[in-house]
Amino acid sequence: MDAGLFAQYVMNGLMLGMMYALVAVGFTLFFGVLDIIKFSHGDVLMVGAFTALATYVGLHAAGMDSNWFNLVVMLVLATLAMALLGMVIARYLVMPLRSAPALNTLLITLMLGTVLRESVRLFYPQGANPKPFPALLPRSAIDIGEFNLRLDNVLMLCAGVLVIVGLQFLLNRTKLGLAIRAVAQDEETARIMGINFTAVVLITFAIGSGLAAFAGVMNGLYYNEINFGIGLYLGVIGFSAAIIGGLGSIYGAILGGFLFAGLQTVGTVMLPFASAYKDVFAFAVVIAIMAWRPTGLIREKISERV
Amino acid sequence: MSKTRKFTTAGIAALIFTVAAATADAKDKVKVGFIGPLTGGVSVNGLGGRNSADLAVRLRNADPKSKYEYELVVLDDECKPNVAVQVATNMAADKDIIAGATHYCSATAIATVDVYHKFGFPVIVWGAVLPDITYRNKYDEVHRVNGTMINQNDANAELISRLGYKTVAVIHDTTDYGKGHLEYFSKALDKIGKTKIVGTFGVTADQQDFTSELTKIKALNPDVIYFGGLTPIGVRIRSQMDKLGIKAVFDGTSGIVSDAYIQGLGPLAEGTLAFREGAPTEKLPGGKFFMEKYTAQKYDNPPEAYGAFAYAAMDMILDTIEKVGPDRKKVIAALGDVKDRDSIVGKITFDDHGQNTVPVITKYVVQDGKFVEWDESEYGSGKRKLPGQK
Repeated sequence: MDAGLFAQYVMNGLMLGMMYALVAVGFTLFFGVLDIIKFSHGDVLMVGAFTALATYVGLHAAGMDSNWFNLVVMLVLATLAMALLGMVIARYLVMPLRSAPALNTLLITLMLGTVLRESVRLFYPQGANPKPFPALLPRSAIDIGEFNLRLDNVLMLCAGVLVIVGLQFLLNRTKLGLAIRAVAQDEETARIMGINFTAVVLITFAIGSGLAAFAGVMNGLYYNEINFGIGLYLGVIGFSAAIIGGLGSIYGAILGGFLFAGLQTVGTVMLPFASAYKDVFAFAVVIAIMAWRPTGLIREKISERV
Repeated sequence: MSKTRKFTTAGIAALIFTVAAATADAKDKVKVGFIGPLTGGVSVNGLGGRNSADLAVRLRNADPKSKYEYELVVLDDECKPNVAVQVATNMAADKDIIAGATHYCSATAIATVDVYHKFGFPVIVWGAVLPDITYRNKYDEVHRVNGTMINQNDANAELISRLGYKTVAVIHDTTDYGKGHLEYFSKALDKIGKTKIVGTFGVTADQQDFTSELTKIKALNPDVIYFGGLTPIGVRIRSQMDKLGIKAVFDGTSGIVSDAYIQGLGPLAEGTLAFREGAPTEKLPGGKFFMEKYTAQKYDNPPEAYGAFAYAAMDMILDTIEKVGPDRKKVIAALGDVKDRDSIVGKITFDDHGQNTVPVITKYVVQDGKFVEWDESEYGSGKRKLPGQK
């Protein structure tokens, strides 16, 4: 294969993997602190992307046309709004169901996802249509043979890496991170040690949902198009990525995200049969991995659960 | 005595008149159905169709000469075959519903024809274009007012060949709709024999990322990318083509003829080709009438490309019920011999499969943010050029 083309595939895979990883990290965080699967996570991402878009429309109407300024405001607003939404979901939907079977939480968040999705479709102006998302990053590109290296993609990848590194730092080097890890490890002991359990859970949901908003904005900037359905698919893939990586492990989620993107790319490019089967291929490999390692690629070590 | 009799006669006469008047005031209620995608990615088209069918019912109810009072039962097939079979069964099993205008998505229309046949429920398809819907079986219950994708793909292949393009890459969704487009487009291209297909890519109907497929297509370097699918993924593919620096012509089908396509892409939509059966709404014989009435109802959504067909389908159902009464069997029989019937989409003639034989195909190109007829566009006149056009 042509080296330029190969580089292009790698780049496509990396961008995709970064988005999957950011979603998967959210799943893993929630599972860590509360041992629950929150299926509305993908739709929170979508609402985040729409919040950013609405912010842009507002800023644009107010006459702001500095791309960088707009982007920063959009990111901050979307992240904060979703962090708040995540906290509300945790406080009023997830935590009251703590003593109920885990299945109930799964169902209620699944339904919440539908509510979020349909609300955007119904209440966002012309919400049923695909929406153009502004291209706010510099669009210069270098052609290296068949490889079209775009500055905006590079910037997004760097931003994604920074966010993940930042999250690692937060979890492993701060007092808050210590509290989150303590709750993940053993809720009751953590409580006895004087950790405010509710606050830690709420903050974890805020962080996870904020990450989803970031991934949503990234999705918009990358594809220049968002629609009310993006969350469903990203949610399923993010969840699978978290599972193959090993639920509860941050590194596992990141690994799972990139692995899944890699599988999809390979499924399209290298396999002889039609590209229509790339998802079949990717999910089949996921099933095989789960049969081989039921607890995920990175085995659950209690001390590493966050 | 005779006086009493006179009074009695007058009394009876008055009574008869009152009863007659009462029946005239409270007309019998008749239910008719509509099915389309009201939620999900192509819901704009479904809502446009729903509003148009609703318009036909409202206008009929406002007409003092109509014999019945109609009630429209609306169900949502979500453009998903499994959901469609459920709602179609629901509707067909309700004996109070006499007939229905059904389906925008080919995948749902083809999935439900057997249901309608089983229940003896007459339907007129208002938007789905897969030929098999009317032609695979010979069901008396199933009719269609719009044309099939065979005609539009013939016109598509003809234009592409005429413009001198040599190579085409095909992306199609893997529903019956997308696969049908692939089949009839390749047949049409082969018949002309000037252009060849260099690669075929099936994609799922809700896929987000097409960069892998498009990178592969970029390596094939085709003149044209033909897309057999609906607006949502059409928007994504066109926008991701640009991201990867692919300069090929984007050649769509009737599935992307909607305002949503242009809104979703902005300036990127420029130069997109698309084809559709029938004339554009405003050029239809009853197009002006339809648009005026539609606007007067202040619906939230525009009628979109197939609204006029949904109106025509519903109007034909109502006409038939007026004529033969609310009886499914009689309605089916009456729909069996529709010939040269006037409607807002022009003359309608159902062949022995219930298929309207509409010969007109409109070729579109997006110019300055609008779907413009090819022959009237600056591309058609040679003032502007599509990418790679000689």
